[in-house]
Amino acid sequence: MKALALHLALIGALLAVQVVLPPYHYTNVARVMVLAVYAMGYNIAFGYTGLLSLGHALFFAAGMYATGLAVHSAPALLALPLGMLAGAAMALAVGLLALRTAGVAFMIVTLMFAQAGYLTILYYGPVTGGDEGFVLAREARMLAGLDLSADGPRYLTALAIFGVALLANLALVRSGFGRVMVAMRENEERSRMLGYDPFRTKLIALTLSGLYSGTAGAAYALMFGYVGASFAAIQYSILPLLWVLLGGAGTVLGPFFGALLMFYLIDLSSSVTDASNLVVGVALLVLVLFAPKGILGTIRERGARWLP
Amino acid sequence: MILEARGLTRHFGGLRAIHAVDFDLTQGEIHALIGPNGAGKTTFVGLLSGRIPVEAGTIRFAGDDITRLPAHRRVRLGIAYTFQITSIYPRLSVHDNLALAVQQRGAADLGRETLAALERVGLAGRAAQEAGTLAYGHQRLLEIAMGLALSPRLLILDEPTQGLANAEIDAFKALVRSVVPETTVLLIEHNMDVVMDLADRITVLNAGEVLASGPPAQIRANEAVQTAYLGG
Repeated sequence: MKALALHLALIGALLAVQVVLPPYHYTNVARVMVLAVYAMGYNIAFGYTGLLSLGHALFFAAGMYATGLAVHSAPALLALPLGMLAGAAMALAVGLLALRTAGVAFMIVTLMFAQAGYLTILYYGPVTGGDEGFVLAREARMLAGLDLSADGPRYLTALAIFGVALLANLALVRSGFGRVMVAMRENEERSRMLGYDPFRTKLIALTLSGLYSGTAGAAYALMFGYVGASFAAIQYSILPLLWVLLGGAGTVLGPFFGALLMFYLIDLSSSVTDASNLVVGVALLVLVLFAPKGILGTIRERGARWLP
Repeated sequence: MILEARGLTRHFGGLRAIHAVDFDLTQGEIHALIGPNGAGKTTFVGLLSGRIPVEAGTIRFAGDDITRLPAHRRVRLGIAYTFQITSIYPRLSVHDNLALAVQQRGAADLGRETLAALERVGLAGRAAQEAGTLAYGHQRLLEIAMGLALSPRLLILDEPTQGLANAEIDAFKALVRSVVPETTVLLIEHNMDVVMDLADRITVLNAGEVLASGPPAQIRANEAVQTAYLGG
């Protein structure tokens, strides 16, 4: 009850805050909310199930390109779910092969798949626009009458997607299946000998993770009107890992706060120095040294044990 | 007969860990598996539980051929296994450890049934404690409780009393007696007092083969067994 109230309060706060946000931050927070959906997806695989993937950009890009390409000839209302499914289907396909491995091998295999995806995008330049990508026309970004190129509808759409994703995430981790995901992370052999199929559990978790990633990629394309190969590159596989670590792996709210903090850390530091990556690096070092469980993980450890 | 193994074989390279073993379990019995170190006891129950793939031979459980079934499917059919080296979820609460077992068996009211499973082994007072911080004996007990919470038809215990104090061993014996005859128990055990006290039948393994099988009195009198154990 307490947990549900807290998560609803965050959604409420994000709804209320838009009346005071200046235009620049209005766009930024909308962007952070979509990226937070991506981070939540990463967290389902990494934080809860213990699957350290280095290839999630492939799932994000699958959603982004599926929606971006479909929207040329189909309404956004159809292209959006197509992108979501593309992310899930890509994760399912990768999972069927990559989940035969574990640990470091899994990291390498997922990385290779993502690199192959990135190179495929570059190779099919006439379709994908290569490394320049392509811009979505304003008419293509009308989602059921909402103009996603305008600040207001964009923010509300981002909030709606974020809210549903957050509450679904909460429901997932409190469900029986959520408990089994954590069990796989904590002790796979024990879980197997309690009758749980490790491969099946991890495949479902990875597919859900891909669904979230694809959703974020699809929404990002429609909201910001641009589809590009840089979103399929290695840094977009690393970023969600950093957001989740910063916010707290295995916490429902962690991905949002991690993404928010990291976004503004880069944003603020790049306004004063060119070495914004250095600032991020130092922040991560501080995190690892003093709060290895991330923001929410530390709060949970220091008393709020009920935090999901 | 709840379980029938025929010609069960598993070699590791040149080592004949288990060789052409025939083995039967009668519904409701407590059956002890004994033998010198390296006799193949853990490998043998690994074959029964599915943790180790069978090389040759067949296993039938409650009439069904389970020789090729993966371990998690066998658990669902009712074969529970507790590890020789305690294997729990050390970072989860005692309650969550047990809830995972209760949930697998299927529960209408997970919270209540988990509590009942905790009470059965006397761990209800420690439900919220992180399992890894329990005393060794309690961790052992928790693992057995997880096996029992699956409501198995066959419970395989691999050296369950290892490292337990005498009072804890008595509690363990009472616990095992309380689950038969609904559950059949297969027990690997080095403590001969426990074996002689609990077992209806004993099978002695030596160098991967069955040396003798029968009721405790018969095994105690068996010359081959004495030779294998005492090196006479």
